[in-house]
Amino acid sequence: MINKIARSVADALADVKDGSTVLIGGFGTAGIPNELIDGLIEQGAKDLTVVNNNAGNAEVGLAALLKAGRVRKIICSFPRQADSQVFDGLYRSGQLELELVPQGNLAERIRAAGAGIGAFFCPTGFGTQLAGDRETREIDGKQYVLEYPIHGDVALIKAEKGDRWGNLSYRKAARNFGPVMAMAAGRTIATVHEVVELGEMDPEAIITPGIFVHQIVKIDRVATQAGGFKKAA
Amino acid sequence: MSYQKRTKDQLAARVAQDIFDGAVVNLGIGQPTLVANHLPEGREVILHSENGILGMGPAPVEGEEDYDLINAGKQPVTLLKGGAFFHHADSFAMMRGGHLDICVLGAFQVSATGDLANWSTGEPGAIPAVGGAMDLAIGAKQTWVMMDLLTKKGESKVVAQCTYPLTGIACVKRIYSELATLECTPQGLKLIDKVEGLEHAELEKLIGLPVAV
Repeated sequence: MINKIARSVADALADVKDGSTVLIGGFGTAGIPNELIDGLIEQGAKDLTVVNNNAGNAEVGLAALLKAGRVRKIICSFPRQADSQVFDGLYRSGQLELELVPQGNLAERIRAAGAGIGAFFCPTGFGTQLAGDRETREIDGKQYVLEYPIHGDVALIKAEKGDRWGNLSYRKAARNFGPVMAMAAGRTIATVHEVVELGEMDPEAIITPGIFVHQIVKIDRVATQAGGFKKAA
Repeated sequence: MSYQKRTKDQLAARVAQDIFDGAVVNLGIGQPTLVANHLPEGREVILHSENGILGMGPAPVEGEEDYDLINAGKQPVTLLKGGAFFHHADSFAMMRGGHLDICVLGAFQVSATGDLANWSTGEPGAIPAVGGAMDLAIGAKQTWVMMDLLTKKGESKVVAQCTYPLTGIACVKRIYSELATLECTPQGLKLIDKVEGLEHAELEKLIGLPVAV
């Protein structure tokens, strides 16, 4: 029988190894798998490369992972925030490597990894510092930069509902990077607020089919901003 | 003659006036978000947010905030009837694939031929951040910049060549500013309109570049 429902966050994260590349979903307050990030801090894997849109806020979640000294490199589009002091300090003191990537390139490079694409030509960033010294090509009169996929060893994402085959649906703008990150990792772990029986999810409304998901952990909804809700629903 | 600068709201209204019925529009973080408050009545416009929303509505009433429903600036928003959610790769395909009609962005500098610098001042030690600016700038069918023409020191932000790190090359079509609306063309700047009482020669002097009529 297929059963991707993990008993706990700790069980789901048990195999994460030192030196892993970890894709972490979320944008702003929406879709951040906080419980999995906290679990990763507990689990203790180090020398990580983290891929996320941002680089942590305040002293919790991703910022706490950075503060614990577990991250060697971060790949993101927007590290600077009013409360990104943990990242700022580590970056300025040279303790954390940064690869800054335009947000759409970040999403598409992750998608490409999941789709088995070796590299792709993309117009974003042509002629800018962020194109670096990568190959460029003119195609039909337009300039493109060669972009390579971003593979994850592990993806940590937050979804809304799931079943034991790993099918997932999301909630509103908390979907963001979840579906592409799920595709791009050797092992994808998703939190959900609701686990349902097989067949209860509308097949037309399954956003991430279970083939991309390895473990699901049920997390009670928390009435906090970062948990997605101000009011408990 | 004396002239009055456009206020922030007048500038937002000036931009809004040019957004056509049926347009799909992305409004950048900061000043461009003001444009949404000034869309003329009867014009149906679909707002896109980079984090996976089409049909974005205004801020919710107090107490109704849902932190799964936020805009690119991470503020709570609402969804209009007909609105849709989608993942990040689709959201940026909408930009890069030329599906957005207009994006309105802020800028540090714009060149007369439409080069844009709006993500970094290049200061040493500054924490860099680019977000979706580069994708938007080169992706939308029309990229408009909304900014003050002059810095606080009185220097023109419209320049012959950007000195700040570039966001995109020849991607800006129009500049909406407190003094004038300008078009960027391969031949240089062209005047669309200017505030009443501002002489053409004075505008060219402030910018330091020729502005074709």
